[in-house]
This record gives sequence, C-alpha cells and structure tokens, in this order.
Amino acid sequence: MNLRRLIGREILHRKLSFGLAVATIATSVAGLVAVVALLGAHDLRTSKMLTRMNEETSAMEAKFTKEMKAYEDDVRKTMKGLGFNIFIFPEGQELSEVYAEGFASKTMPESYAATLAESNIVTVNHLLPSLTRKLKWPERERTVILIGIRGEVPIAHRDPKKPLIDPVRKGRIVLGHELHRSLDLKEGNATVFMGREFIVDKCHPERGTKDDITVWMHLGECQELLGEEGRINAIKALECNCATIDRLGEIRREIAGILPGTKVIETESKALARAEARNKAKKHSQSSIASKKAEAIKLQADRTQLRFEDKEKYTALLTVVILGAMAWVSFLSFANSRDRQAEIGILRAMGISTGSILGALMGRAFLVGLFGAGLTLLFAFLLSETLKATLHEFDLRSLRGDIPLVLLSVPVLSCAASWLPALQAANRDPATILRNE
Amino acid sequence: MSDFTLRATNVHKTFAGPKGTSVAAVNDMSLEIASGEFVALGGPSGCGKSTILLIAGGLLRPDQGEVEIMGTRPYEIDAARRASIRAKHIGFVFQQFHLVPYLDALDNVLAPTLARALPGAEDKAKALLEKFGLTDRRHHVPSSLSVGEQQRVALARALLLEPQLLLADEPTGNLDPENADSILDHLAGFAKEGGTVLMVTHDKRAAGRASRSIRMEKGSIAESVS
Repeated sequence: MNLRRLIGREILHRKLSFGLAVATIATSVAGLVAVVALLGAHDLRTSKMLTRMNEETSAMEAKFTKEMKAYEDDVRKTMKGLGFNIFIFPEGQELSEVYAEGFASKTMPESYAATLAESNIVTVNHLLPSLTRKLKWPERERTVILIGIRGEVPIAHRDPKKPLIDPVRKGRIVLGHELHRSLDLKEGNATVFMGREFIVDKCHPERGTKDDITVWMHLGECQELLGEEGRINAIKALECNCATIDRLGEIRREIAGILPGTKVIETESKALARAEARNKAKKHSQSSIASKKAEAIKLQADRTQLRFEDKEKYTALLTVVILGAMAWVSFLSFANSRDRQAEIGILRAMGISTGSILGALMGRAFLVGLFGAGLTLLFAFLLSETLKATLHEFDLRSLRGDIPLVLLSVPVLSCAASWLPALQAANRDPATILRNE
Repeated sequence: MSDFTLRATNVHKTFAGPKGTSVAAVNDMSLEIASGEFVALGGPSGCGKSTILLIAGGLLRPDQGEVEIMGTRPYEIDAARRASIRAKHIGFVFQQFHLVPYLDALDNVLAPTLARALPGAEDKAKALLEKFGLTDRRHHVPSSLSVGEQQRVALARALLLEPQLLLADEPTGNLDPENADSILDHLAGFAKEGGTVLMVTHDKRAAGRASRSIRMEKGSIAESVS
C-alpha cells in the first residue's frame, strides 16, 4: 500500500466529487485559454488590418508618386507651350513685330545660348535656341512656319535635366497637323523641302494653333536652308525658377547681365494656374496619404488601447473565474475531507502521520488540477481547427509552448485552494473523530 | 523494559460539559496490563471505558496521571513519535470497524503499511485474510462484505504490523453471536500468543472470554475479576 494507490482508489470511489472538481478546474482553465485565444485573435485581426492599411497607404503613395511624376512632366511640357516661360530675342528686335508675326526678324549668334548655359544663371532651366521663319514651301506651294531647333543646351553648372523637347534629327522633319493631313504625308514618308530631301519623322495631332502649319527640322539644316549659318532668332527658356512676384524683372536683370541688349518677354501665364492646380493636387494627395497614415497610426493606438482594455476586462473576468473556481475547489475539498473524517481518524490512529494524510489529500488536489488543465488543453487542441474561423485564424495549437506552465501552475493552484481544508482535516484530533464516530 | 505492556497511573480526564460544566470521564484511574493478558473493560455507558481505551492508545492526552506503553510514555514525546509508537506497538479494532470504504479487504489490511513499511506485507495480509476465512473476499470493498467479515478485516488490519497491544472498542457490538465468537476467539488467540488485549465491551459473554474483567463506574475501577 502506498499513497498513490490510496489516492487512486479514493478517486475511483468518489468519481462524482472528483469529476466536479475537475470540471471546475477545466472551466477556469477554459476561461484562461479563451482569454488568451481572444487576445491572440484580436492581435491577429488588428495586425491584419494594420498590414492591409499600410499596404494601401504604400500603394497610394506609390500611385501618387507615379501620378505626380507624370503630372509634373505633363505640366512642364504644358508650360512650355502655355508659357511660364520666356523668350530671349536679339538686340534691337521690335517686340511689336514679334507679337504681330510670332517670331523675330532679327537674329543673334547661336553662341548666345552657350554663353547663357555656361554662365551661372539660376532663373531658367531649359535653353532652346531656335531659328524661325515664315516662308513658302516651294515644292508644295504652301505657306509654312519653319522652325529649326537643336534640342536643349545643357546648363553647365546644373545636373542634367530631362529634356522637355526632343530634338529633330538631321535629315528629318516634323510636320504640323494641317500640313501632313493636307499633303497626305505620314511618318516615314520622304518629301523634299527647299530642294533637300527629308524623311517625315513625326506627325503632330491637331492643336488649333500655328503649330498645325509648322515644319520643324534640325537647327543646322534650317540655318543652311535659310542662309543663316550660326544664327538664331530666339532662345526659349523653360521652367523659370523665379519665386518672386516680379519674376520677369528678375529674369531680365539676370539675362541682361549675361547677354546685354537682348530682349526678354514672358509668354502667357496660364501655366501658373496649372501649377497651382498641380500644387493643390499634390497637397490633396499628400493630405490623403497623411490622413491614411494618421488612420493607420490611430488604428495602431486604438489597437493598443483596445487590447489593453480587453486585457483588463478579461483579466478581471478571469480573476473572478479563477477565484470562484478556487473557492469551489476549496469547498469540494472541504466536503471531501468531511466525508473522509472517519477514514482520516482511523488512519491517524494507526500511526499514519499528518504529513502522509496531507500528502494524500494534496495529491488528490494536484490530480484534480492536472486532469482539469489537461482535459481542457486536450479539447482546445482537438477543437483548434474548428475554432480557427471564429478566432480570426488564431490557432490554439500555437499555445503549445505554454502547456508545461499550465500543467504545473494549475495543479499548484488547485493544491493552494485545497490546502486549508486538507490541513484542517489532517490535523483533526483522531480521538475526537473516533469518539464522535 | 517494563513487565507491563500498558501501565496507567492515576489517570484523570475531564471533558467540557454543557453550560461551562465539566464531566470527569476518567477519575484517578490506575491500570496495569501485562503481556499475554486479555482484559475486558466493562461498565455502564459513559463510565469512561472508551476514554481510557483512547488514552491507552496514545490518542487522548489525560489531564493528569502517567501512561506507559511498552516502557515509553507517549504523552511525554511529540505527536510524530507518538504516532510512530502507535504504528509499531498498537492495533485498534472498533465497533464501527472504520474500514476505508474505497479499499478492498486486502488493501484495508495493508493500510497500516502507510505508517510503517513491512517487508512481505502483502503475503502477510493474504495469510491473515486466509486465517480469518476471507481469502475469497479479499478483493471486495467493505460495502460488499457482511458486518462479520468487515470486523474480521478490521482485526486482520490491526494485527498486520504485529502489535504488542490490541485495543478493541466493542468489537462484537454489531455482530451476531457466531461472528462475535469468531472475533473473540481471535482476540484470545492473540493474547495466548503473547499479545496484550484491552477490550471494551458491554457484553458479559464477551467479557467472560477475557483473562481479567474490569468493571468501571464513574470513571474509576469498581471491580477487577481475574
């Protein structure tokens, strides 16, 4: 005979009492598992929400960046046509003539563009020298505007910028809409202009401006055709950097310092409105992203707060459950000790020590805790797959690392709850018991 | 070593009565029981028979007087050593048997080994059950045993650790004459083999089986007949 056998036989004999105690412990452990699972599910759910929100924000940011880039490009190109740009005309050029004809009759050295580019100019970004003339396309009997362009002159002291205008290659021409439409010319067609053969490089869509009757070609070829080698009649400067209200005055002052006598005019300022619209769009997008980010931060904070509150609630509830369970286990232990009073009396009379009696009672309490915790964990793991959907994919099996702790601490708590009744029973005077029995 | 298995000298024990009164259960009683004696302790209810039995068993400290069991004064040592003396020297048999309800007959007999290990305990327990005619009942729990069988199991349990002193409180009180005779035969046999028996009984016929019969009245020995 030993204590293990005594405990085992007693448990088998008083199945209901043992079962009730095990059920009590199992309920409280189930409460514990539920709390951990709910908190885990909460974490998982909010974490997914946060990830999704961060992804959305990143995607929005990427989309915005891309759109803004495209928009900026678009605006820059539009500005070239609309005007937040300036033209530099040769010295002595009557501006009234320019306004009337659309180009200057006087010319200036092409090297002016290089001079400007090699200076420390800060108010302009892109320099486009050009030579423009209105003339008759002799082979086609059409009045056209011929523009010779050579692409941008890089500004020496700046990082190279993306060109706003593609230059026309030698031997190629670009035609405005009216010209290619009426002359039935298409990209790749060959045509003769002023006795020289060119390949149509590009056909522009309709713009409703003088561009529709314009022929663009390489500046050098244009100069040759017009007998104006090394001469230009305008330098277009794009994307001026002036932040002041008197931007034109500022630009004029700077250019006058580099190319004395030249005349500077600003083309139409519709681009400003466009630029403002761009800025507003940018601000709006940035504000949307900031709002999304703020939402994510708020969610994160709410999540932390909610988790804290949930944890507090659950902890309070769990405390009540555990205390209730301990009280009930204590009561059951007390009832068990009372039932076993005569047995304890005779065992004590036989010389069995208080420690052994206490060991038998506490051993039973330990098993109550062990079975209660074990059964709950077993059921939790068996049902983990079924409960996954309810728990936002939280897998109860992820708690397996805590099994040893639960299987140790719960029996210890069960023993703690049974300690006083057991101690009282083990120390009861056997003579009193036997006399009363 | 004392010649007496049990010696009680001028023992006095009082219990609290109703309304602050006290009742003297044992009053200046002296008793000596030698090895091999079978002593019956009789007397009217409340005369202190069971009280002296508990005092003799090291279970109830007297208010006054001295008790000596096998040369040891149990009330002058601590509870753990007193428990050890009980396990080593004393066997108990009660009217209510006090078997452990969830242990079968064999395990009940083996229960004292929880207090003191005994080599070959199981074989000895089986032998005792055989001696008491309970071989085929050894795996029965008390509730499926007759009262006579239960008392024989209780007696076997009391004898397992080979005590010198057997204390029996009304061991035949719940038994029919046939079973009572069987128990008395075993008690007498135990004394005959050198053991000491102190038996509390109301039953004159049971008392007649003892080698000495003591009648108590009001907590004292009124008559002692050998």
